[in-house]
Amino acid sequence: MAKITMREAISQALMEEMDRDPAVFILGEEVGVWGGTYAVTKGFYDKYGPERVKDTPIAENAILGAAIGAAMVGQRPIAELMTINFAFSAMDYIVNQAAKLRYMFGGQFTLPLVIRAVGGGGRQLGATHSQTPDAIFAHFPGLKVVSPGTPADAKGLLKSAIRSNDPILFIEHATMYQVRGEVPEGEYLIPIGKSKVQREGSDLTIVTYCKGLELSMKAADELAKEGIQAEIVDLRTLRPLDMEPVIESFKKTNRAIVVEEGWKSYGVGAEVVSRIYEEAFDYVDAPILRVAQKEVPLPYNRTLEQAALPQVPDIIAAAKEVLK
Amino acid sequence: MKKEQLLDLYYQMVLIRRVEERGAELYQAGKIGGFMHLYIGQEAVSTGLIAAREPRDRVITAYRDHGVALNCGISANEVMAELLGKATGMSKGKGGSMHMASVEKNMWGGHAIVGGHIPIAAGLALGDQYAKNDNITICMFGDGATNIGYFHEGLNLSKVWGLRVLWVCENNQYGMGTAVERASAVDEIRQKAEGYGMKNAAVNGMDVMAVYEAAKEAIDYVRKESQPYFLEVNTYRFRGHSMGDPERYRKAEEVKQWQENDPIGIFNKYLLDKKIATRKALDEIEARVEEEVAKAVEFAETSPEPALEELFTDVYAE
Repeated sequence: MAKITMREAISQALMEEMDRDPAVFILGEEVGVWGGTYAVTKGFYDKYGPERVKDTPIAENAILGAAIGAAMVGQRPIAELMTINFAFSAMDYIVNQAAKLRYMFGGQFTLPLVIRAVGGGGRQLGATHSQTPDAIFAHFPGLKVVSPGTPADAKGLLKSAIRSNDPILFIEHATMYQVRGEVPEGEYLIPIGKSKVQREGSDLTIVTYCKGLELSMKAADELAKEGIQAEIVDLRTLRPLDMEPVIESFKKTNRAIVVEEGWKSYGVGAEVVSRIYEEAFDYVDAPILRVAQKEVPLPYNRTLEQAALPQVPDIIAAAKEVLK
Repeated sequence: MKKEQLLDLYYQMVLIRRVEERGAELYQAGKIGGFMHLYIGQEAVSTGLIAAREPRDRVITAYRDHGVALNCGISANEVMAELLGKATGMSKGKGGSMHMASVEKNMWGGHAIVGGHIPIAAGLALGDQYAKNDNITICMFGDGATNIGYFHEGLNLSKVWGLRVLWVCENNQYGMGTAVERASAVDEIRQKAEGYGMKNAAVNGMDVMAVYEAAKEAIDYVRKESQPYFLEVNTYRFRGHSMGDPERYRKAEEVKQWQENDPIGIFNKYLLDKKIATRKALDEIEARVEEEVAKAVEFAETSPEPALEELFTDVYAE
């Protein structure tokens, strides 16, 4: 199997689906002539032309509104938000329109729409360009939120998202485009809404996703050197949230931590921990801990920024704490 | 336009008026909940406009949508049932007064976020452009919606991409209770289209024939030129912004003055003066409407509530 980068895996998924279905097209800022600000759609403009790779004005409401309208009448647009931080400019289209139109009109039409957005900190972009606000979007019924942690998952989940008839927010991490992994060539689909055990272990469960997976895998390697076997469950989809593999793992280990890059308050960890307490209270041997971003806007300075983001040693410390 | 078509326009305008009058009564009686915005006074706008479209042309509007729904061919039964939140409403009782749509009738809502549907209208037109057909999208909105960012992003995109959209501003002089001159940098809304290099016109919205003629010309332009067009329609709502409006922002004399310009009265006189219809024929239309509306109320009142299971359907397609 070929070892390719996250960027290549996402490009591959987009290209394969555009080749497969003429209703699929891309729109967004600098997706065409420029080739995508993160180079994901490099070469697409030359291959598919301006009709299928549409450069838009810098106008997030227009981008998402137009994508929603086109999806309502049967096209399958993929709208790219240059960063998820710009989603706030177009919040109405994500939470008030995409997530609700089908329901509000009694199911008269579907919204086969993918919104690709790049999120995450760690690139010294300052407070307004470095957020990991995934939990906000996962709050709204009607929307599906996917955020892969490996190149293979990115490809399989994105292909499924493009084929889905529901609106899906697909969140990629700005620091993970160079991450390499084995990715099956050609047809490869992973169902939306399925968590996955990415590493088996028996001592504790680490629940995480996206960037948190990369950090948790490193932490698990370190813990293993000390004889601690961590099991890692990757959520992959935040809504609908598949708790089954989490609960199954927890019933085995009885101890867990949740690792996320976003802020701890009202975050993904808060949801996951509540669900474990609700669904597996009798199996709890220690308080479940959360590893997350410090409760500050992210600073520009590299040292300060890294101090605010969750790091491998934080995960190791939390793991040891729940094992005490 | 042929005689039957003209009489049909008259019928549609009277139908909107009577459906809403009964709707207002049902609202006062507590049978309709939420917000309800009446179209009374503005009937000539959507009636003239939608008469000028081909069935393949799409219509999308804001929350003052009962009239638009009826003009698009959604039955009075379904409109009334949706108002009462019944399972037989076109949105299965999940949308209510502000969210009426029918894909079958090419009516794409009923949108309650002011201006929010403007970029979506651009999207409907984008879908048609991508499909390489020559459908057009008629997007209606109030004067108040032209001050919000969505409007400007939507108009700009439509011009940049050559989308087939007929933008129709129903200038009814007030955005809720704020007069146009207190909220908009320009009193004449169509000037905003100039900023986007967009062909535009203004028309008297109390005269259904004038609206029809202006719409016809605009639609032809949009279809032939593959360019958007902006039509400002000057009109007035005779009732409050919504059912709970104390109307402190305007004087009774002003309302009275506009009411003398009742679009139904104007058209009634037109049909009689031009000897297109006799008084008897128009009375018969009114009687037919009364009967239809009475039946619609009965249909809505005797229709079932949505089943509780409906709560969980339509959230996702998969």
